[in-house]
Amino acid sequence: MARHVVGKASELEPGERLATTIRGRPVVIFNLHGEYYGLLNRCPHQGAELSKGVVGGIAVADGPGEARCIRPGDFIRCPWHGWEFDIRTGQSWCDPGRYSIKQYQVAVERGDAIVKGPYKAEKIEVSVEDDYLVVDL
Amino acid sequence: MSEEQRPRRIDCDIHVGVPAMAVLLPYMTDYWREQFVSRGIDNMELASYPPKSPLACRPDWREQGAKPGSSLEAVRSHVFDGLAVDLAICSALYGGQVAMSEYMGAALCSAVNDWVRDEWLEKEPRLRASIMVPAQNPQLAAKEIDRCAEDRRFVQVLLLAANELMLGRSYYWPIYEAAQRHGLPIGIHAGSMYRYPTTPAGWPSHYLQDYASAPQVFSAQLQSLISEGVFGKFPNLTFVLMESGVAWITPYMWRATKTWRGIRGEIPWVTRPPSAEVRERVRLTLQPFDGPDRGEQVERLIEQIGSDDVILFSSDYPHWQFDGADPIPPGFPAGMVDKIAWENPLNTYGRLRESLQ
Repeated sequence: MARHVVGKASELEPGERLATTIRGRPVVIFNLHGEYYGLLNRCPHQGAELSKGVVGGIAVADGPGEARCIRPGDFIRCPWHGWEFDIRTGQSWCDPGRYSIKQYQVAVERGDAIVKGPYKAEKIEVSVEDDYLVVDL
Repeated sequence: MSEEQRPRRIDCDIHVGVPAMAVLLPYMTDYWREQFVSRGIDNMELASYPPKSPLACRPDWREQGAKPGSSLEAVRSHVFDGLAVDLAICSALYGGQVAMSEYMGAALCSAVNDWVRDEWLEKEPRLRASIMVPAQNPQLAAKEIDRCAEDRRFVQVLLLAANELMLGRSYYWPIYEAAQRHGLPIGIHAGSMYRYPTTPAGWPSHYLQDYASAPQVFSAQLQSLISEGVFGKFPNLTFVLMESGVAWITPYMWRATKTWRGIRGEIPWVTRPPSAEVRERVRLTLQPFDGPDRGEQVERLIEQIGSDDVILFSSDYPHWQFDGADPIPPGFPAGMVDKIAWENPLNTYGRLRESLQ
């Protein structure tokens, strides 16, 4: 386990996502209303890149014909077969007990801490005055 | 009833035949009696089962000059003795279920139910029956359920597979509401009102095509019931698919579940996969068994269904689905026979348990 700097926090706006590769593993990071969540960028169904899917809410209903959309922006829909995953937990909506995506912790760290600490930032130029997204992997 | 006497086989699908319109006339209003007599209407068997077609009656069960299944003595001898059955649920199939006039349909269904009660249930304590309803008018169908359900020997509501609309539509919900209120499963039996072609690709040329295509209709109806939210709306209702065959259900479950996972947002009131609904809420009568004929393959089929609760023992008497004295198909796991012939029927038809007390 190491801490990997994947980019500047200011470059990932709320609602956006960032696909990257860490130690050969595809990872997608979401900015959800200012909070950051990391998931393996691979659908547990057939391996599609989730980062290419559409983000949206989830449809629920109180009964036939009484449909509502809740939690806008909290779900990523796989681009291949439309399975919906909760960005906060990685769990599928259709079968949460059976299908879920591996999660990675994403933290925001100050550049000056990164310059001093045990971080890997091979591809990123780090300056002391910016905030960076750091993934444990 | 002592342990050794208790019934071990419950036949969940046998058919009693209306011998002639004359037997129904005593159960009709003056108006309908006059209509049927003056118009000379008789022999309203379903076109789905022409009485003289080979499928409508097994040759050794056919009685010269009689409609298939129309003799109580024959049912006693062929079913209770011949197939070693202890209880049987009988369903008549008749024109009331398909008449273009919903009022004529209602009159016929009521007459058939009364005739079944007087001529079958009263005379043979090992028989139970389905309530025939006019699905052409769901309000009248619900009234007929209310009228018959007081008699606890009626253990389910009978619909045909192909109707005027798909069965999940809210138009039919009064039927489901009444059935659930009385603790009666909905039996959906093969057969058509012939308002549409019997295959989704058009009218078939031969009876063989019509009959062999039946699972397509069942599959469409099951998908309709699930998609329109009937299972969630009526959480205590079980659906028994009668004479639909068995093996089609696995590819249905696979495909319906796969599709639901991807586009379930279209029907968000369906909160669990169709495969789960089938395992918990759908039952299939055994005959005509259309599965593999080798033991290990049959076991694999049951494994693929994912539950041994789903199949209900049936002979489909007098329809010609098998020969000999045992409706259990070759290769069927011996260890499952008691389950499908005893436990599953008792768990499906709440009213059958009353017979044991």
